[in-house]
Amino acid sequence: MTLSAMLFLPLAGAFVVAMLKRERDIKFTALAASGATLLLALFAWLRFVPGGLNFEEQYTWIPQIGVSYHLGVDGISLPLVFLTALLGFLVMLYSWKQKERVKEYFLYFLVLEMGMLGVFLALDLFLFFIFWEVSLVPMYFIIGIWGGPRKDYAAIKFFMYTLAGSVALLLGIFIIYFKASPHTLDIPLLVKLSPLAGSLPLAGLVFWLLFVGFAVKVPSFPFHTWLPDAHVEAPTGGSVILAGVLLKMGGYGFIRVVLPILPEASRQWAWAVAILAVISIVYGALVAMAQSDFKKLVAYSSVSHMGYVMLGVSSAMALSSPEMLRSGVTALNGAVLQMFNHGIITGALFFLVGIIYERTHNRDLNKFGGLDQKVPLYAAVMTVVGFAALGLPGLNGFVGEFLVFLGSYGIQPLFTAIGLLGIIIGAAYMLWTLQRMLLGKPRVEYPHLEDMDVRELVVLAVLVAVMFMVGLYPAPILDIINSGTLAILGG
Amino acid sequence: MLNVLLIPALPLLAAVAILFAASPWLRERASRIAIGAISVSFLLSLVVLLQASGHEGHGPLYEGEMRWLTLGTTDISLGIMVDNLSALMLVIVTLVALLVQVYSLGYMHGDPRFSRYYGFLSLFTFSMLGLVLSDNILQLFIFWELVGLCSYLLIGFWNEKPAPQLAQKKAFLVTKAGDLGFFLGVMAIFALFGSFRFEEILAGPKLALIAPAALTFIALALFFGAMGKSAQFPLHIWLPNAMEGPTPVSALIHAATMVAAGIFLVARMYPLFEAAPYALAVVAIVGTVTLFMAATIALTVFDIKGVLAYSTISQLGYMMLGLGAGSLTAGMFHLMTHAFFKALLFLGAGSVIHAVHTQDLREMGGLRKDMPLTFWTFLIATLALAGIFPLAGFWSKDEILLAAWHHSRPLFFLALAGAFMTALYMFRLVFLCFFGAGKKHGHESPDSMTRPLLVLAVLSAVAGLVATPLFGNWFQVFIHGAHEEPSVWLMLLSTLAAGAGIGVAYLAYFRRAINVAVFTQAIRPLYVLVKNKYYVDEVVDLVFVKGSLLLGRVLAWLDHSLVDGAVNAVASVARLVSKAAALIDTYLIDGAVNFAGWLTRALSRVSGLFDLYVVDGAVNLGAWLTGGFSSLLRATQSGQVQSYVMVVFAGLAAIAVLVLFGGMI
Repeated sequence: MTLSAMLFLPLAGAFVVAMLKRERDIKFTALAASGATLLLALFAWLRFVPGGLNFEEQYTWIPQIGVSYHLGVDGISLPLVFLTALLGFLVMLYSWKQKERVKEYFLYFLVLEMGMLGVFLALDLFLFFIFWEVSLVPMYFIIGIWGGPRKDYAAIKFFMYTLAGSVALLLGIFIIYFKASPHTLDIPLLVKLSPLAGSLPLAGLVFWLLFVGFAVKVPSFPFHTWLPDAHVEAPTGGSVILAGVLLKMGGYGFIRVVLPILPEASRQWAWAVAILAVISIVYGALVAMAQSDFKKLVAYSSVSHMGYVMLGVSSAMALSSPEMLRSGVTALNGAVLQMFNHGIITGALFFLVGIIYERTHNRDLNKFGGLDQKVPLYAAVMTVVGFAALGLPGLNGFVGEFLVFLGSYGIQPLFTAIGLLGIIIGAAYMLWTLQRMLLGKPRVEYPHLEDMDVRELVVLAVLVAVMFMVGLYPAPILDIINSGTLAILGG
Repeated sequence: MLNVLLIPALPLLAAVAILFAASPWLRERASRIAIGAISVSFLLSLVVLLQASGHEGHGPLYEGEMRWLTLGTTDISLGIMVDNLSALMLVIVTLVALLVQVYSLGYMHGDPRFSRYYGFLSLFTFSMLGLVLSDNILQLFIFWELVGLCSYLLIGFWNEKPAPQLAQKKAFLVTKAGDLGFFLGVMAIFALFGSFRFEEILAGPKLALIAPAALTFIALALFFGAMGKSAQFPLHIWLPNAMEGPTPVSALIHAATMVAAGIFLVARMYPLFEAAPYALAVVAIVGTVTLFMAATIALTVFDIKGVLAYSTISQLGYMMLGLGAGSLTAGMFHLMTHAFFKALLFLGAGSVIHAVHTQDLREMGGLRKDMPLTFWTFLIATLALAGIFPLAGFWSKDEILLAAWHHSRPLFFLALAGAFMTALYMFRLVFLCFFGAGKKHGHESPDSMTRPLLVLAVLSAVAGLVATPLFGNWFQVFIHGAHEEPSVWLMLLSTLAAGAGIGVAYLAYFRRAINVAVFTQAIRPLYVLVKNKYYVDEVVDLVFVKGSLLLGRVLAWLDHSLVDGAVNAVASVARLVSKAAALIDTYLIDGAVNFAGWLTRALSRVSGLFDLYVVDGAVNLGAWLTGGFSSLLRATQSGQVQSYVMVVFAGLAAIAVLVLFGGMI
């Protein structure tokens, strides 16, 4: 019941919000609902027993087509569930000053939270797909209503692009369903049945259908161009959730669905995924370097950093012999941890963009400078987050990146070596960003800048604390992840 | 074990206390906290060194580890290992750090970010100590990166100005480029050895089983990292810019922390390098190229810290040459002596800059009398660096030259030429700065600054003796377990080279007997090449900085126009199709409907006309005909009702026939 409670708490919150009138009540309800969800996620984390599925729930739902309401968490989904609940809560906290169309705003975010949690908790492809689509709609409205000047274009692009992916995804799911005997959409059962084993051309087709569906979400090159537009136009909270959680749904799909259900096709096509991953890493970083819009820069850096995830996933896909198991597990551990870390770091980066944008109404990096002297606290946090993003040891970003590369090197050394370039380009654009924003003489345009207030500080302090915790002692989270990846890769 | 743990822990605690302190009380005491912590660390390090010196038997003196994470079923640990090499480094690092921090009391006095400075210094020291104590290559890499971070923070300490911003970024990125090699080496080690631990890599049975090509690859990859940190050609370009940081920081970077890390890495992995002779040969060649190139540049530089920076690069080249030529002792010995006299030189230069507020040697002169303490200590360090008997540099440089002689003659002669140039550029500096006519008046620096100079001067003078028979060749035995007989003729040769360098400097810059301007004019193309530092900066800037930025811009444009363009094109096509559909809808389908409507209307109109003219007309015609007939008939008949009825019936019959036939058709 823990998971169902976690899943439907935000929805319940949304219902209550819908009935309330006073803005304060609405905000308080939203905060309480997401806070309770976070507590449940924390509870699940503490009670989690590594190895296999925990908190499993299964009820028959549509027996005629073999669909059941099946939830559960393992080492792969738990960190993402926690990430979702954490960022969901922090966004509510950050949005306390929201003035425009308050009720809808919190309503959409609560429904969104439920959708995202559902994707990570569902163990039935039907349920998975429903939540996948549920998470799409509120984000469309969040961009479309509270977005920037080109919000209509961005919202529609986001919606259409992901919807096109969803169509491919649905088609793939259909084929899996009809090839399975008995017809089922239950993920653990499908893993056991392996319905497409032995029919490689068809399995390849399904692989690529699912690939398109998930790669759009990641987003992997060349399906990434919706992301910069969506990020630039989305309000701060939307960007945080979009980069922090929604992108992970794609990576998670590969690990939860593609890798275990289509092992042969995965092995066959791993090289293609690896190439796209390496392109995403290097290309995303290079394009990020050319940006002067802070949000666009972070968006392209996300393409690059999610490329690390895909590189790790591709290495796990390429795994062909038991001697390489440790490398595969390492790479996949890295991929999952990198998703978690990217959520924390990029979430923090978008909060930081929002905080400074609120004060200056500027996102152009060339029009900043000297913030170190004007707002030292902000500058200090920004520096820590920046160094976490460029993978400095001691902070979380390093561990994920390192494991992805370490594991991938044992399986596909060439791609790994090329991918390493992303590290130095990443360092270059991040340091340049820090320089342009924080260093030098303060700009005359903003004579009176206020440093972060308590609420903003709390939001970022939580994220920075996680960065240090994972960076300094990764064993607690990695033990959980490791149990999940071992199970998937058959260790 | 606790005493060893405290060595890095105390500076870390100091750093955390200073940097994260919310209370002004703590912040005001930043320097005291930092210096107190590093003092205790230094004393503990001394104890450890003494213990290590008396430690008989194989294996490290201290060992301990904890699990950091698990991959599959393999545990990865972090741990501490103290052997002779790390014990020596502990003392060097803590001693130089302590002296630099004391010196900074005066040098940084009144800086608005005084406490932050001490926080960063403590963090820097902690990182280097952690690096030295690592018991595995992954942990060494982690601290290696932290060392890079700290130098970034300190080089750019005065970051309101553009030059330090550039310098800090350059230092971080150039060394990071080297780190990619290091990273690759770490990954290859894990892939081949299945472990990061030095004990298993270097002392285990696997080293002998792995293919030499793989070992060469690993060694070269690691060395590329060392080239970045230890400023070897062509990754040396960050170090001269690094002097944008406060001068005591330069002393720390050039002596005990940052640049020492690369030498230490090679020394730490030395058994692996020995198993890969090709890699070792590369180390020797790169070291020689670096030492020669940097020495020539140092001859042409007029910035006092610039000369010292290129001198450091050159001396690091010597250390690499020593290591590459097969002598671990020589490399480490020079690392130690160099740490003392180079720290002294930088602190002395800082004292000069502090007094005259310029770094340009052409604006200095005659400071010998104004700053006697600074002058004399600086002179001792210069003699030590030049390799004059019996100062520290003499012994360590000769060790390297000896190793080079046995390794390769060409490299030996280049190194000997380097020794000549070393003496030349250092005495050029001394004559320009302290002798001749005084252009500016200096004043001696405060005690907090001169006392560290005195300590370092003593060390620069006597530290070399630990590797002489006077102390039973303690150093060589301590580091390598054995020692080579020194060669007297080589000592004479190197002293001759150094003496010649001093002589030329004396003639050119003191007596002005050699006209430098005429000489440089005579070799103008060469001079321009050297003066411009062989254009390495320019090439790197063009190819890597501008090149990657340009590539980024081009890709960003392509991303916008091509990749996103394709998406938008798909959308446009879809819109076009929908518009076409709308047109078809409007004109064709709706047109058909409208046409049908129009047709119906037209038909109805036709039928109306038909009704009017044909049907009604027929009726009227009927009527008219009837009238005609009737008038005709009237003539024949007398206008009866029956005749009307007949006509009507005839009409009806005609219509009935029409309808019937129509139906049949």
